[in-house]
Amino acid sequence: YCLSGHPTLPCNVLKFKSTTIMLDCGLDMTSTLNFLPLPLVQSPRLSKLPGWVLKDGSTFLDKELKECSGHVFVDSVPEFCLPETELLDLSTVDVILISNYHCMMALPYITEYTGFTGTVYATEPTVQIGRLLMEELVNSIERVPKAQSASMWKNKEVQRLLPAPLKDAVEVSMWRKCYTLPEVNAALSKIQLVGYSQKIELFGAVQVTPLSSGYALGSSNWIIQSHYEKVSYVSGSSLLTTHPQPMDQASLKNSDVLILTGLTQIPTANPDGMVGEFCNNLAMTVRNGGNVLVPCYPSGVIYDLLECLYQFIDSAGLSNVPFYFISPVANSSLEFSQIFAEWLCHNKQTKVYLPEPPFPHAELIQTNKLKHYPSIHGDFSNDFKQPCVVFTGHPSLRFGDVVHFMELWGKSSLNTVIFTEPDFSYLDALAPYQPLAMKCVYCPIDTRLNFIQVSKLLKEVQPLHVVCPEQYTQPPPTQSHRTDLMIDCQPPPMSYRRAEVLTLPYKRRYEKIEIMPELADSLVPLEIKPGISLATVSAVLHTKDNKHVLQLPPKPPQPPASKKRKRVSDDVPECKPLKPLLSGSIPVDQFVQALEKHGFSDVKVEDTAKGHIVLLQEAETLIQIEEDSTHIICDNDEPLRVKLRDLVLKFLQKF
Amino acid sequence: MPEIKVTPLGAGQDVGRSCILVSIAGKNVMLDCGMHMGYNDDRRFPDFSYITQNGRLTDFLDCVIISHFHLDHCGALPYFSEMVGYDGPIYMTHPTKAICPILLEDYRKITVDKKGETNFFTSQMIKDCMKKVVAVHLHQTVQVDEELEIKAYYAGHVLGAAMFQIKAGCESVVYTGDYNMTPDRHLGAAWIDKCRPDLLISESTYATTIRDSKRCRERDFLKKVHETVERGGKVLIPVFALGRAQELCILLETFWERMNLKAPIYFSTGLTEKANHYYKLFITWTNQKIRKTFVQRNMFEFKHIKAFDRAFADNPGPMVVFATPGMLHAGQSLQIFRKWAGNEKNMVIMPGYCVQGTVGHKILSGQRKLEMEGRQILEVKMQVEYMSFSAHADAKGIMQLIRQAEPRNVLLVHGEAKKMEFLKQKIEQEFHVNCYMPANGETTTIFTNPSIPVDISLGLLKRETAIGLLPDVKKPKLMHGTLIMKDNSFRLVSPEQALKELGLAEHQLRFTCRVHIQDPRKEHETVLRVYNHLKGVLKDYSVQHLPDGSITVESILIQATAHSEDQGTKVLLVSWTYQDEELGSYLTSLLKKGLPQST
Repeated sequence: YCLSGHPTLPCNVLKFKSTTIMLDCGLDMTSTLNFLPLPLVQSPRLSKLPGWVLKDGSTFLDKELKECSGHVFVDSVPEFCLPETELLDLSTVDVILISNYHCMMALPYITEYTGFTGTVYATEPTVQIGRLLMEELVNSIERVPKAQSASMWKNKEVQRLLPAPLKDAVEVSMWRKCYTLPEVNAALSKIQLVGYSQKIELFGAVQVTPLSSGYALGSSNWIIQSHYEKVSYVSGSSLLTTHPQPMDQASLKNSDVLILTGLTQIPTANPDGMVGEFCNNLAMTVRNGGNVLVPCYPSGVIYDLLECLYQFIDSAGLSNVPFYFISPVANSSLEFSQIFAEWLCHNKQTKVYLPEPPFPHAELIQTNKLKHYPSIHGDFSNDFKQPCVVFTGHPSLRFGDVVHFMELWGKSSLNTVIFTEPDFSYLDALAPYQPLAMKCVYCPIDTRLNFIQVSKLLKEVQPLHVVCPEQYTQPPPTQSHRTDLMIDCQPPPMSYRRAEVLTLPYKRRYEKIEIMPELADSLVPLEIKPGISLATVSAVLHTKDNKHVLQLPPKPPQPPASKKRKRVSDDVPECKPLKPLLSGSIPVDQFVQALEKHGFSDVKVEDTAKGHIVLLQEAETLIQIEEDSTHIICDNDEPLRVKLRDLVLKFLQKF
Repeated sequence: MPEIKVTPLGAGQDVGRSCILVSIAGKNVMLDCGMHMGYNDDRRFPDFSYITQNGRLTDFLDCVIISHFHLDHCGALPYFSEMVGYDGPIYMTHPTKAICPILLEDYRKITVDKKGETNFFTSQMIKDCMKKVVAVHLHQTVQVDEELEIKAYYAGHVLGAAMFQIKAGCESVVYTGDYNMTPDRHLGAAWIDKCRPDLLISESTYATTIRDSKRCRERDFLKKVHETVERGGKVLIPVFALGRAQELCILLETFWERMNLKAPIYFSTGLTEKANHYYKLFITWTNQKIRKTFVQRNMFEFKHIKAFDRAFADNPGPMVVFATPGMLHAGQSLQIFRKWAGNEKNMVIMPGYCVQGTVGHKILSGQRKLEMEGRQILEVKMQVEYMSFSAHADAKGIMQLIRQAEPRNVLLVHGEAKKMEFLKQKIEQEFHVNCYMPANGETTTIFTNPSIPVDISLGLLKRETAIGLLPDVKKPKLMHGTLIMKDNSFRLVSPEQALKELGLAEHQLRFTCRVHIQDPRKEHETVLRVYNHLKGVLKDYSVQHLPDGSITVESILIQATAHSEDQGTKVLLVSWTYQDEELGSYLTSLLKKGLPQST
């Protein structure tokens, strides 16, 4: 089941062996691009934007929709596009597996609104940093109370009349306002912490294991396996060496199905090159006396950027330029990054053993080169010196402190805004700020797997089937000639799209069962062919928590005499143990000899086309013996029949 | 019969030099590799020659597991790996890996540089040894090889202390290392899931003690320190650099702040500052409260506690000094002790267990005249206090852990024989499991009786479980299958499938019985009567009357023909296969009785 249309922010549900597993719950935040920014300080420019007027001149929407440089925006609290909630009953989801902190932003919507009662599994850094991201999000939206919450434009009839992209926006009625802090806390309290390679049993039926995916602190790929089947879920992985622990590829081998999501969104850009460009642009702007604004998330790539700058600023003569990191969670983020030594790459781990802080931004803070503030209000306004470099959120430029800086610095061409986060199109992000004098540089840094790495990875781990979002099975729409920008593998990947259900081509055939030692002792194996033995097992099957155990059958209890029912059917044989199947063939000569030994003197054998007929004339009995069947035809003489039966059975093998 | 063998090379009915050999499902694992603080000769290290006389240790041992960084658990590691020679994997947690080499280096310095011993491991050996270490996460399942896997659980004893579950095939052993079941000021409590190991190897330092509440002990401690300082005395607290020291520091720090005390608190050796730093970086291993507040205020950044300089010991006036090592057997704590011992105003507080043979143990057992090196007699006039702050589980805690893990057998190590005996009886009484307490070099063999895992075809399982869903669930249901054993693989399939897979043809055994009944009526009427009769008697079976004039009961076929000579006698041919033997035989005898007189 695919519940999200965004390939990088997936939300899928996997039904596997009577368990329902949700894989990630990413929140598609690109919907916010359709809204006006939320300014921290009253912005005369934004409040003066003209209302949008329909072609026929009707103005009933002018309160809700504003126009800015030819784009129409919704003037309302920004709303997010949720994962599909109608496709299946989300309260039946047993567990949610989170792969990294970006892919859990929709968690409160799922856990708090759908009757979800299961457990969420995630690694500790994922939870802690995920909490920071959510807190920042809630904080930046809640501190700018907006009276208006537009809904008129969502009316299907009205939406049809709107210009693109509003017209084409999907599922607008499903768009929801941001959750609140209590909801975040409630959602996070349902998470159970796990470590890499920890095997977690789900109802005894399946085992799930997180593996390092190398993309972010605590980011993981998941293996969902039973004894015979293995599904790998690869989401947001990276082969580049940045700060997190490198990706664990070996464990993905021998997968029956590999679900592939969260590939790079900028397949054409090389992250290393982008970092270089980032540094150069930053240096150039500052040298010219301008300010640099970096809209970013409070965790993730920023650690790498700070590390690069740490090495870069001295050589570039920027040691006097102040760096500001403004976010309600800036301090926490920087502190948290230092304590997850176990989740870091080897290099950084070694540092901790010394002991030294793993990230150099500790030193930047100590030497006062990097300062962090919870918001632009308070201490920051006193310390603020220009020119400077500001890291702040949110990368969509729709809320958070970044809105203020856009308004403040947008008019001067000396300043530069550098986009590093790949989640939002920078042109769309900038649209409500047009016209803009400020320089804009787009240096997206996305360390997730690119298509070359994917094909290498697939070659390495050799999954039987690959499943991926449909976006990955065709070249990007803007570069349709780039056929290299799609997944290429054999057999061709199966693709899914939003609100689609895909049945995985896998049939389970075997299951594990345990035989109690007492029972095992009682088995009589029979060697049929060299190296192959058979044993008939008759046992009681106990099934508990999806684990099956075979035990010795209990001694048939003597039915208490008092309870004996007095009915004719009393004599009807109970459904006794099934008679075993027979195999083998009967050698006629020996059979006849045996018959004679048992007192049948008048045995006569006739050959037929397929076998023999043995006649016992006195008893009027006929025995047809063929290669794989024996037929005893006799009068109703039970003792005789039983005697013959036992003779025949002596020559056959039972199973 | 599969068995697990356990041989302690150290810590068998003793504290110190922890080193336990476990053989499980053909795998050999060494748990801990410690030194003994009470000895300075060969006895300080485990006797590794026991493992193998000739041949390399690497060939014999599949892996070594270190539970935590205390020297009595890891002190012999460089000797073992570099001097005796072992190249296999050594597993420990990240904090242990970080801190262990520092303590080893410290130990080496004291032994070699101060006591002038030769033939001891070198700094380089420590480094080489640490290269063989593989760090593990909590709860991470580490696959040592195809069959052997280990998993770490939080033990709470010191930073990074872990319990380890060792699993091979269906058998498993849990080794607790040292653990603590009550959370303290800086660490959480040990926890393990209900993993039902075949054997639980538990420490039993405080086998007979049930400690009073933590709060009382803390109040007591603070009171004693406070009184001594008030009357101008000096307080010496011998500690190990990591662990209890941090807990007591937090305690004193908050107390000093609350009471606004001015007397200086010192912490000896540079190691401690480093140690606090480790605590800051591995804050994820500490308890909930510290983890939650660390962003605002890191508990391990102390305001009142300063680094100690040797010269300070002679300063007049009150002071509190934390000094290493904790058992007063060497180093700075012993030096300070000698200086201060003569003054009755001073006090020494022993916050942890002291191994026999150490100065700490002697003064705790009431000795007041100590023979020091060089035949000097040191008279101890200072007050000696013992406060159990060491983070071992007490008897209650050990029982609690056993309840949590539900082992089938328990084995006690790391404790004194007498106390163990007491606990052993208690465990056997309460849990009805076998409890062992081998001495060093003594092998305990535990027989396990594992179930045998086999593969079952899903078709067969589904068929069986479908039947099992009938209302009569309580009645045990028999299932039938055929076990195919082939090259060590076991598969349980339905008999039909087994025949098919092996290319064997089924041999059909059929019986046909002639039953004569007197019935003058027409054939089809006879059939009808038989049908009605059977239908009436065999209510639980499917009886069908087929259009071609035959009757089926389940898969048994009944046909009627007129007798060739006597039209009044009808011959019923009852035909069934061997699989329907019972029913067929029953039917014939039933029909033989004749039909009821029809009305």
